[in-house]
Amino acid sequence: MDLFEYQARDLFEKYQVPALKGLIADTPEQAEAAAAKIGGTVVVKAQVKTGGRGKAGGVKVAHSPAEAKEAAAKILGLDIKGHVVKRVMIAEGAKIAKEFYFSVLLDRSNRTFLSLCSVEGGMEIEQLAEERPEALAKIAIDAVKGIDLAKALDIAKAGGFEDELASKVAPIFVKLYEVFKKEDTTLVEVNPLVLTEDGKILALDGKVSFDDNAEFRHERDALERDALDPLEAKAKAMDLNYVKLDGEVGIIGNGAGLVMSTLDVVAYAGARHGGVKPANFLDIGGGASAEVMAAGLDVILNDPQVKSVFVNVFGGITACDAVANGIVGALDKLGSKASKPLVVRLDGNNVVEGRKILADANHPLVTVVETMDEAADKAAELASK
Amino acid sequence: MAIFLDQNSKIIVQGMTGSEGMKHTQRMLKGGSNIVGGVNPRKAGETVEVDGKTLPIFGSVAEAMKATAANVTVMFVPPAFAKAAMIEAIDAEIKLAVAITEGIPVHDSAEAWAYNVSKGLKTRIIGPNCPGIISPGKSNAGITPSDITGPGPIGLVSKSGTLTYQMMFELRDIGMSTAIGIGGDPVIGTTHIDALEAFQNDPETKAIVLIGEIGGDSEEKAAAYIKDHVTKPVVAYVAGFTAPEGKTMGHAGAIVSGSAGTAQAKKEAFEAVGVKVGKTPSETAALMREVISSL
Repeated sequence: MDLFEYQARDLFEKYQVPALKGLIADTPEQAEAAAAKIGGTVVVKAQVKTGGRGKAGGVKVAHSPAEAKEAAAKILGLDIKGHVVKRVMIAEGAKIAKEFYFSVLLDRSNRTFLSLCSVEGGMEIEQLAEERPEALAKIAIDAVKGIDLAKALDIAKAGGFEDELASKVAPIFVKLYEVFKKEDTTLVEVNPLVLTEDGKILALDGKVSFDDNAEFRHERDALERDALDPLEAKAKAMDLNYVKLDGEVGIIGNGAGLVMSTLDVVAYAGARHGGVKPANFLDIGGGASAEVMAAGLDVILNDPQVKSVFVNVFGGITACDAVANGIVGALDKLGSKASKPLVVRLDGNNVVEGRKILADANHPLVTVVETMDEAADKAAELASK
Repeated sequence: MAIFLDQNSKIIVQGMTGSEGMKHTQRMLKGGSNIVGGVNPRKAGETVEVDGKTLPIFGSVAEAMKATAANVTVMFVPPAFAKAAMIEAIDAEIKLAVAITEGIPVHDSAEAWAYNVSKGLKTRIIGPNCPGIISPGKSNAGITPSDITGPGPIGLVSKSGTLTYQMMFELRDIGMSTAIGIGGDPVIGTTHIDALEAFQNDPETKAIVLIGEIGGDSEEKAAAYIKDHVTKPVVAYVAGFTAPEGKTMGHAGAIVSGSAGTAQAKKEAFEAVGVKVGKTPSETAALMREVISSL
């Protein structure tokens, strides 16, 4: 999960990373009050998880509370690359002398952590990496040892900081690593990290991503989250692993890899049937009980775009007869709510028994097809009608 | 021969007394695996009856190894305790540790991996978030159904569990030397390359199927490795062509970010080194059939 800028700022403050004061506002009036509270010149910043806010008019300087109100009125509701601004942050102004870059992230390729650092900041990191790769230090971080002050000094010097400045930023790198580690993040980025005219180092803008797998050991219920698609929210409430896509063939399968593969096979088949596409990703896991199958079908059948459903299950841990009973049970449970044709492909353990159960049930909506490729073709054909 | 796991493997199960641990211990035993005990510090000294076999429970991996000469551990430990379980296995220097657990925080996996590196990589870790490893007819360490296919000349390495089963099923008349599910997490212990290297050196394995999915660069690295080091025929399959950028597809590692990790890039990397890539799992199996019949 990626954080909003204001959430990253709050987190930095919690770990004593020097950051400017910042308050959030959802209305122009709240922005005015926030600006009055902070005092002096402030910056009104759109809170959206995308780059290029400045260019899109999502960042404005205000010299008075009245100006802040006016700026917020312009920014709230703005559409920045498909993200509608619902909240702004009113941040204290600062006189910037120099801008730097620092981040620490998960380096999947090397199975460790990586710190990126440069005394040349202020531009997008991708641009810096491309235009001036020699200016961007990449230092591997041992996941057990982390970043202590000595390591932080090494990083700063590798990033081109001179001794005096390095000794100023290094303790902040140590604190940022603390955020990275203690908050179970996969990314902590400060861009820009700045030196102010009066000689202070400040984290001016930050990006933080939390590891979803670590949610169980953090108290984050109060945190503002991205608004989910209504179907995604429903699926989440039922503990289903569902991603809404833009297509007509609903997909249910077991195992992430097999479901991804199913989406692909349906997309290929769709190209032969008027360009229909997979409508979703839904992994019901190894169990595939009647309850989970019913919950999954319920979500998918509620997607108005869906015209047919492809149930693609490999009976491994759960045998095909149990899965077939799950499908029959789910259709019984849903009754008249089940209104779209279902193409079912079963393979693996007890496949003969499983197919027999479906044949005996003889449900008018269900077509059983033997192979995954043929089943995808059938589902695409039904969706194109 | 098979790789990493064979008829001489003596398996212990960390977290055996839990419901998943119990269920799969039973399945592994039924499939012919030599399971010699379990580990649970709170139940040390007790025994567990599984299908008529009495299995001792030990307080630690080290104790279990001392008493049973176990050389493989399979972990069914909840995510919150998985790091400690992995570190315990590494400290005991057990040869092979298979981490089945799904949903382990990546900081924990990264720490366990760094710890394993600092200890000289004496333990091969498979997973986490994987189905484990099976050498049909010899041994099964994990949750792969034992009866999908018998022994044969194909080596299989895959990021995905159900695609592993699917491919074993499609090629069940030919059979496999070993099938490894390496797991769909961002940080894993055994990579595509590790398996390729072992299959290349395994006389029983005549051809290799590699299954990848979106996210990371494991497939691209595997392609480069094949070019320089693998002389046995390899066919590949990649899942996730239709996955949109920025959405995680079930596995914590299955996410396309920016231009990195797309299925198309992985497919191109394989094809550039002469590895045929199937469009669907069935087509991939058909490619492997051609390879086998031409051997």
